[in-house]
Amino acid sequence: MSEEVIKKPKYVEDPNSAKSKLNKITSDHYSNLWMAKEKGEMIGWCASNFPQEIFETLGLTVCYPENQAAAIAARGAGEKMCLISEGDGYSNDICAYARVSLAYAKIKDAPEQNMPQPDYLLCCNNICNTMIKWYENLSVELNIPLVLIDIPFNPDYNPSKAEVEYVKNQFLEAIKQLEKITGKTWSDEKFKEVMEISNRTSRAWLKATNFTKNTPSPLNGFDLLNHMAVAVCARGKIEAAEAFELLAEEYEKAVQEGTSTFRAEEKHRLMFEGIACWPHLRVTATELKSRGINMVATIYADAFGFIYDDLDGLIEAYCNVPNAMNLEHARDKRVAIAKNTKAEALLVHTNRSCKLWSGFMYEMSRQIGEACEIPVASFDGDQADPRNFSEAQYATRVQALTEIMESNKGGK
Amino acid sequence: MKESYFLGIDIGSTTSKCILLNSQREIIGSSLVSAGTGTTGPQKAYEDILEKANLTAGDISFTVATGYGRIMFTEANDEMSELSCHAKGVHHIFPDVHTIIDIGGQDAKVISINDAGKVINFVMNDKCAAGTGRFLDVMATILQININDLEIHAREAVRPAKISSTCTVFAESEVISQLSSGENVNNIVAGICESVAGRVASLAKRVGIKEEICMSGGVAKNGGVRDAMSKSLGAKLQYSPKAQYMGALGAALFAYDKLNI
Repeated sequence: MSEEVIKKPKYVEDPNSAKSKLNKITSDHYSNLWMAKEKGEMIGWCASNFPQEIFETLGLTVCYPENQAAAIAARGAGEKMCLISEGDGYSNDICAYARVSLAYAKIKDAPEQNMPQPDYLLCCNNICNTMIKWYENLSVELNIPLVLIDIPFNPDYNPSKAEVEYVKNQFLEAIKQLEKITGKTWSDEKFKEVMEISNRTSRAWLKATNFTKNTPSPLNGFDLLNHMAVAVCARGKIEAAEAFELLAEEYEKAVQEGTSTFRAEEKHRLMFEGIACWPHLRVTATELKSRGINMVATIYADAFGFIYDDLDGLIEAYCNVPNAMNLEHARDKRVAIAKNTKAEALLVHTNRSCKLWSGFMYEMSRQIGEACEIPVASFDGDQADPRNFSEAQYATRVQALTEIMESNKGGK
Repeated sequence: MKESYFLGIDIGSTTSKCILLNSQREIIGSSLVSAGTGTTGPQKAYEDILEKANLTAGDISFTVATGYGRIMFTEANDEMSELSCHAKGVHHIFPDVHTIIDIGGQDAKVISINDAGKVINFVMNDKCAAGTGRFLDVMATILQININDLEIHAREAVRPAKISSTCTVFAESEVISQLSSGENVNNIVAGICESVAGRVASLAKRVGIKEEICMSGGVAKNGGVRDAMSKSLGAKLQYSPKAQYMGALGAALFAYDKLNI
């Protein structure tokens, strides 16, 4: 008797789902870039936390080296690109995103994620100061203009009026510089419209991410790491606002129906601190999922949710991004997230690329652990350089955290 | 009634250790093979303990594996992390201990436990081998000293040499240059012990030290490191001659719990 082969039906994504729409925005982002380049439009390379309202209002086409580096690293070419930069004399202590990007600017081809070469650069250091040297070097190597908005790290809890004023003047100057570089014209009316859309997108993004507070969560927290790309590259676009609103609706429905994109029983709830370990994303996510651990809390959700009422509010929001705020403010935000989402442990990715983020992480995670009465573990890794991660060390730490969480629930 | 036996096996990076318990949770056997995960060491340690106890695998009621090789050991019924196992083992021997400093072949960990022996928190070394048993192995090789004799040399030191705790490779070249400049070997050994202790003591301070403190793991056998650790922390340390077996003991106790709780 011949055995009947039962084929699993091929998964077909619903084109009307939020996930599908969000994926389309990301893929359109890259195809639109190439079309723009072919039409002779100028292309900008832009830092992820540069005020996108400026180039959305001016109608400029930009892309994000950080997103590109993450994609290249996630698709397995991080080490290859890092080695190219290291061969040019860049230290392997420098941010791996910078090394990947500088390598790409040199070889101009990475099948894992290509994007057009830039005609100008938009840099903002509210995310880190390495960004300045990275972009300065791109500017020199490619002989193209660099527009920089300096938003320094804030040692105070909140930005002062003086800081807001300092940044606002640069914001206005950046508009003039870009008008000169690209020949485009600023419109206050368009600016108002962009601010409205950006706020709408941010509100929807924050609403969607906030659904992880439900037990069980209607989403696998790692989904946010994928959707974040849209929050970075399309915040000022109406399609992004609509897709995130749809995502929030889907999560709301999932809560009511008791379903989730986390494909396992949610036994434990975890806060993940630090950027994703892109070169080992599958390993890091699978180790958690296999133990029934859902990542329900991350500062990333807040990192790209900019809510403001006017220009001063906009500037203040960009001065208050997670990487620009002091330890106490950063801790309080995370403690609030951990408590809101009922996180039972904190897992810290000590990202060897990022001295700024990892620098005060030991002390901050200690304070978060104390405030939330949760265990904390950290592991070495990197956002794009795969050489800084050890799978066995990661697995041991996650297992130990799991055993503590089980024990805290009265298990053996 | 037939006696029940519970086995714990700790498969580390450089050694494999087994502990056998009877139904009264008494240690009735132990074995140690100086070969760890990825070698025949785990199987040898397992067969050795069974042979010494005149038992077969079928006589063992439950086996728990721990250590870096825990996943691959197919004879085990379950596996637990070494963090939980060291805590369990140490608490069984020293119920008043609240801070455990475990230094093994390739990692160092500090575990904070409560009065009931439950793990509250822990911290582990980063990827670097400095501050681990591997560091001591490398140094002993350069100095052409048996690893077990490091303690004797350290205790005869007059003025410990300054050795970097940042990196094993840097420290290796430092030791070579100290030797070249005629530094006394005892002083170098004491400096190496202080280097390991200093690095792990800073981990201990990060997780928070609550007395009593105990050292476990293979490196705990080295009195030079124990002395330096005690000096770094400004506190006395508990130590069992069975320090290297604490993970295996904890695993055996977990094996007992699996069938008796």
